[in-house]
Amino acid sequence: MDFWQITAKLFEGFGVTCLLFLLTLVFSLPLGLIISFGSMSKFKPLSWLCRTVVWIIRGTPLMLQLFVVFYVPGMLFGLQPFGGENGRFIAALVAFVINYACYFSEIYRGGIEGTPRGQYEAAQVLGMTARETFFTVILMQVVKRILAPMSNEVITLVKDTSLARVIAVAEIFFINEMDFLSKGLVWPLFYIAVFFLIFVGGLTLLFRYCEKKLSYYKV
Amino acid sequence: MAFLEVKQLKKQFGNTRVLHGIDFSMEQGEVVAVIGASGGGKTTFLRCLNFLEMANEGTIDIVGGFHFDAKESYTPKQIREMRLQLGLVFQSFNLFPQYTALENVYLPLQLRTKERIRGEYPFGRARRAAIAAALEENRTRAKQLLTGVGLADKMENYPWQLSGGQQQRVAIARALAQEPAILCFDEPTSALDPELTGEVLRVIKGLKEQGRTMLVVTHEMEFARNVADRVLFFADGVIEEEGTPAELFTNPKSPKTAAFLKHTDI
Repeated sequence: MDFWQITAKLFEGFGVTCLLFLLTLVFSLPLGLIISFGSMSKFKPLSWLCRTVVWIIRGTPLMLQLFVVFYVPGMLFGLQPFGGENGRFIAALVAFVINYACYFSEIYRGGIEGTPRGQYEAAQVLGMTARETFFTVILMQVVKRILAPMSNEVITLVKDTSLARVIAVAEIFFINEMDFLSKGLVWPLFYIAVFFLIFVGGLTLLFRYCEKKLSYYKV
Repeated sequence: MAFLEVKQLKKQFGNTRVLHGIDFSMEQGEVVAVIGASGGGKTTFLRCLNFLEMANEGTIDIVGGFHFDAKESYTPKQIREMRLQLGLVFQSFNLFPQYTALENVYLPLQLRTKERIRGEYPFGRARRAAIAAALEENRTRAKQLLTGVGLADKMENYPWQLSGGQQQRVAIARALAQEPAILCFDEPTSALDPELTGEVLRVIKGLKEQGRTMLVVTHEMEFARNVADRVLFFADGVIEEEGTPAELFTNPKSPKTAAFLKHTDI
């Protein structure tokens, strides 16, 4: 196996990794906001439910959740929700979205609850509705406050995608590990690391740019 | 009919009774200072008037035919309408950090204007034109107000670029933009360094000269004495004593008032 063949295979696997990463973000970022509203709700059963779900998801390994999502519907109920061509990928996506939405919801909650009460009160006495208060006053302050914890979580997600390997999603590890295991090649391992380092490096720069863009105000 | 009339206003938090039945009224153009030790209920009183706290008992009548009775329940829209009759300037300014001084003043105004215009024009180009015209009008008004508080050169600055005194003056302009019938202040200078209190107090004094009706909770005794038409002394959740500054400061009737004034150096 020469260098270029392995490079091509790595790119193929890394494409799947990137797709999993992007789709997870697309779905889990808004879902997390909904869960955070749920766990801050004044309606006790709802906030209790949301907090319990967050506790379970954050309290168990992501690898376990991948197994549960992919195998349990079939084993217990005879269902095959992930039987199609992309079934494994979709199962991994579902598990990642649920898992990351829970983590994001806690970051959102911290950001929203960390907004000083005076900001809400000032908006109230200026006659703003609850919706206006959230969208014109609170949201941008929350964005600024959560940017650093968010960048942490997003970077973790890049690397967590490799866990999809356990249900045989064709991401970068799954389709390349045979080269390492059976042919005894060591260097592809480090080559994989380079892919991740470059990707995470790009993200780091992106977040730094966002931070700079938001540096015109202080919260 | 009085500009603001409060009858038997009571408020408690859990088992702690903070206001024991406040009766109070003020007339147009009057400036009333509220003094008293911390924990006496003056801030809670002000917050009840602005509906940041809901009184447990009592009534509030506000000019314009607004009537609040603690026994009734009100929709958020009704509460907002009553609130807008009163402006409130906070101790900690509470400017919105992501907006410039100018935006802080005109954005809340803009939201109310939009709401009004949406009610008048159901849809379409006429509505958009009306909103655009109102935006310009509001911006001009906000500029005038900021110039009025001496911040003509700071309009494009963000709150963190302003001193405490400047931030508080923006907050005053922001409250004035809503054209409240009565402007309330909750210890407007308590969070400021001593050398910055003067500029804020001068602005409030200027507003009195324009004939504004104001209710000022303050620890600045000299200000209460020189600017207020009437002074209320709050102690233990009641208005212990009220009168003109001359009466109250030189000849307090209640021993509690006398004891309080003895400890404040004027």
